[in-house]
Amino acid sequence: MLKNQTLSANELRDQKVYRDWGLTDDEYQLISEKVLGRLPNYTEAGLFSGMWSEHCSYKNSKPVLKKFWTQGEQVLEGPGEGAGIIDIGDGQAVVFKAESHNHPSAVEPYEGAATGVGGIIRDIFSMGARPIALLDSLRFGEPDDAHTKYLISQVVAGIGGYGNCIGIPTVGGDTVFDASYQKNPLVNAMCVGILDQADIQKGQATGIGNSVIYVGAKTGRDGINGASFASAEFNDAKATQRSAVQVGDPFMEKLLMEACLEVIHEHRDVLIGIQDMGAAGLVSSSAEMASKAGSGLELNLDLVPQRESGMTPFELMLSESQERMLLCVKAGAEAEIYAVFEKYGLDAVKIGEVTEGHQYQLFHHGQLVADVPVDALATKAPVYQRDKKRPSRLTKQSHHQFMPRLVDATGTLKKMLQQPTIASKKSLYETYDSQVQTNTVVKPGSDAGVIRIRHTDKALAMTTDVNGRYLYLNPRIGGEIAVAEAARNIIASGGVPLGITDCLNYGNPEKPEQFYDLDESAQGIARACQLFNTPVISGNVSLNNESNGEAIYPTPMIGMVGLIKHQRDITTQDFKQAGDGVYVLGTTGADFNGSEIQKMLTGQVSGELFDFDLVTEHQNQRLLLRAIQKGLVASAHDVSEGGLIVAIAESCFDHDLGVTLTSDLSATDFFAETQSRFVVSVKPAQQVAFEELMGTAATYLGQTTTDDRLWIKTADQAFDLPVSFAKQLWEEALPCRLK
Amino acid sequence: MKFAVPVFPGSNCDHDMVNALRDVLQVEADLVPAATTTTLDQYDAVILPGGFSYGDYLRSGAIARFAPVMTAIKAMAAAGKPVVGICNGFQILTEAGLLPGALQANRRGQFICQTSELIVKNTSTQFTSAYEPDAHIQLPIAHGEGNYYCDDDTLAELRANHQILFEYAANPNGSVANIAGIMNRQGNVLGMMPHPERAVEALLGSTDGLGLFQSLIARQTQEVAHA
Amino acid sequence: MYLVKVYVTYKDSILDPKGEAVNDALHRLGYENVQSVELGKYFELKLAAGERPVATEVDEMCDQLLANVNMETYRYEITEMEAL
Repeated sequence: MLKNQTLSANELRDQKVYRDWGLTDDEYQLISEKVLGRLPNYTEAGLFSGMWSEHCSYKNSKPVLKKFWTQGEQVLEGPGEGAGIIDIGDGQAVVFKAESHNHPSAVEPYEGAATGVGGIIRDIFSMGARPIALLDSLRFGEPDDAHTKYLISQVVAGIGGYGNCIGIPTVGGDTVFDASYQKNPLVNAMCVGILDQADIQKGQATGIGNSVIYVGAKTGRDGINGASFASAEFNDAKATQRSAVQVGDPFMEKLLMEACLEVIHEHRDVLIGIQDMGAAGLVSSSAEMASKAGSGLELNLDLVPQRESGMTPFELMLSESQERMLLCVKAGAEAEIYAVFEKYGLDAVKIGEVTEGHQYQLFHHGQLVADVPVDALATKAPVYQRDKKRPSRLTKQSHHQFMPRLVDATGTLKKMLQQPTIASKKSLYETYDSQVQTNTVVKPGSDAGVIRIRHTDKALAMTTDVNGRYLYLNPRIGGEIAVAEAARNIIASGGVPLGITDCLNYGNPEKPEQFYDLDESAQGIARACQLFNTPVISGNVSLNNESNGEAIYPTPMIGMVGLIKHQRDITTQDFKQAGDGVYVLGTTGADFNGSEIQKMLTGQVSGELFDFDLVTEHQNQRLLLRAIQKGLVASAHDVSEGGLIVAIAESCFDHDLGVTLTSDLSATDFFAETQSRFVVSVKPAQQVAFEELMGTAATYLGQTTTDDRLWIKTADQAFDLPVSFAKQLWEEALPCRLK
Repeated sequence: MKFAVPVFPGSNCDHDMVNALRDVLQVEADLVPAATTTTLDQYDAVILPGGFSYGDYLRSGAIARFAPVMTAIKAMAAAGKPVVGICNGFQILTEAGLLPGALQANRRGQFICQTSELIVKNTSTQFTSAYEPDAHIQLPIAHGEGNYYCDDDTLAELRANHQILFEYAANPNGSVANIAGIMNRQGNVLGMMPHPERAVEALLGSTDGLGLFQSLIARQTQEVAHA
Repeated sequence: MYLVKVYVTYKDSILDPKGEAVNDALHRLGYENVQSVELGKYFELKLAAGERPVATEVDEMCDQLLANVNMETYRYEITEMEAL
């Protein structure tokens, strides 16, 4: 596979092979002249290429990530470890993280999505937590051409194939279709875990002489040196007998998870650290563990379990074979640890130990093949402050708000319910096991997934959100809205937002206009997080999502988790019974730029994004939460894409209830995407108390009915159609498009 | 009454089953490792849980049927003690020949997770006595290979002996004769695709699964009283 | 009319978890001589003769749909069948 693996250090320098691995000439020079003071050999240069990649070093995004708000008294572990941890009381904590697997999913959608799920699960259990839920945030092109349909079906099958088998419920996520993602689909997976605070683990390797133990699957030549190497190879994929595509093995991961959790719970006294072998495989996990602890490390690569023969040190260190973990264990306790893994039929092998000093040394066939300072790999990557320029699409933006002209309100609603982004995603999420572990209170399809915490009165609400169209029109406000919408979903479910994780999906940051999007949206996210008291505790960055120079919409996926203090507060979006009062909380403006209706009627989004006020948003959210906690709310649904009319229609569907409503708004206004709003239903006996609490913030619209009729009299036209028909259009649109 | 719940490598509904038995039904239940357990003599009943035993990489249940615990399970079945297989457990029991037929990939080729309406077809069994005859109950299903198949002769036999205990009201997976759950001719081995252990708490949406466990427990308690 | 048998398998460096699981199970059953198991896909296609060579069509079908050439390879056998 690696034709040039016998290259000498001089040849490597002269032929500039390191460029193929993603190292720039400047970076190579920095390594040679400053970091090592000599030319790196082939293996060493490979180690740097992995560790100094964006994925491991965040060299392009670090200045941006610094702007995030990561404080908050609830944070037990912020960004930096495998995943962040938040206190939820009673000695328990919640762990969560999201990660993108965009490029692998574009190349091999089933395995790309499956291994994305597998990787994020390992991040969670390596912290000592039992994974309790998965969510997936997906972006595809319009579901019309054969390739996009293939991507959708395979990505969804891959997510289900892994999550269903390992036995972690998939309880939420979001799926959006837009031509912007045609060539660059986004597959972002989030995992949530729960643990006792006493079990919190760190990925560290301390104590001279302590053992470094490799556990799990054998190492093969899959995914070597990540995306840059792989993508070069894919051009001629058919001709080559080898491949860099990783195949997921959820059965192996299930065993690995149970074994690791058993070690963490029952062999705590001898376990020093544990870390997932993710991006840049063995080198990144081992170098990070040593660097965090200020230790040196020595590995004997001949001891690494290998699936293929003749693997070179370069390949062994940079392979991204899945379902592998690295443990640091007290010297002398190896047999105790081996016994646990043996019970699960898994490989566990000592491959090295912690050494004095700060060197990272690799031996292969008795030779020292790499000898570099640990920190040079783990912490000394250059950090780039990229140039930033306001994109021309923003400087040339029209200040006018788009005004849809509605001739037939009901007809427009029917069409709206069938838009792929609005239509029911049931045909997709029904292929995920959402109930295994028997803790799922609110299944996919409502504003947030809700998981009860066994043996307590508490529950966790979780959601993923971002509307890339808003960020395309205004990255900063769009970033604020992404966090606000996630919080709105948590609040509508009865929870208090605790914190967020993110996947920052952008184009090439070396282009000033695209770095602008990244930097601006990060500032919007940071501001919103501070106001909602939802610190960023983990996340990842996926850059270069572009084809033919055209980047995707800036898409910072926000994954949020909230705490529901009492299970009686759990609230869903569906109207519960006839005769309940229907209200809209929040005011509606003529806000159409970036909206679903603008897209539906003009084929694109354009113009300056509408105004958004974080303070109003926060007030409305607090108000609804108070109403829920006082027991005044029967249902609550956040108003987002498609506006008020879509939120009302969706609330009718689950229990097949109708509504009879009257409003001063025009029919057009019902499609506006003004933020900070909820559709709320209230039992008759509680309407007085509810109205008193809301004051002028909520407006009464009418009642739910047993009639099969959605009837809304607006200032100009009426919406009027059978609920059953509306539901049918909404449910059948996507399966029909995907046929 | 004491239940055994074997844990095959890849089982993932094992804890759910034990939680339902212990926390909700207040009976004793032990998780027993499938690879090292060779006798279940000390148990009154065994429930093979859902999941993906050995990854279900060849055919669902095909590798699990050779696990050492299966010898003990066959002995229990032969002794007339109750043996229940849920989802993957059902698949294992058919592969092991303890129940007739086989479970194929769902008709649409996809995994399905939804709440399914079932009709209880025979309530004169130790698994279903707590249900009303022809009761309609709501139980979750979650499977990729739940499409029950048997030949016409077997189906005729199942019908003649009232071995079909649960039928789908709306067939979700293409099963022959809408079959969701069957028992053996002797009436002590039950296999079903739906998950009763997921329907024992109102908070999680349904308590219709309770009847199955209550039937079993009531029967055992009676036997103890008679003894 | 042609009968085409297509065999799709993973490339050498690709992990084959299903093959591994079956391999291990055979070992547990005492078939210790089994060195490795590879699980692949098998297709049988019946093709009417068209304007283009059959092999060209089969190659295309394999590249586009039956295999993902990023991770899988394929081979096929073509036999001419007597028209019914």
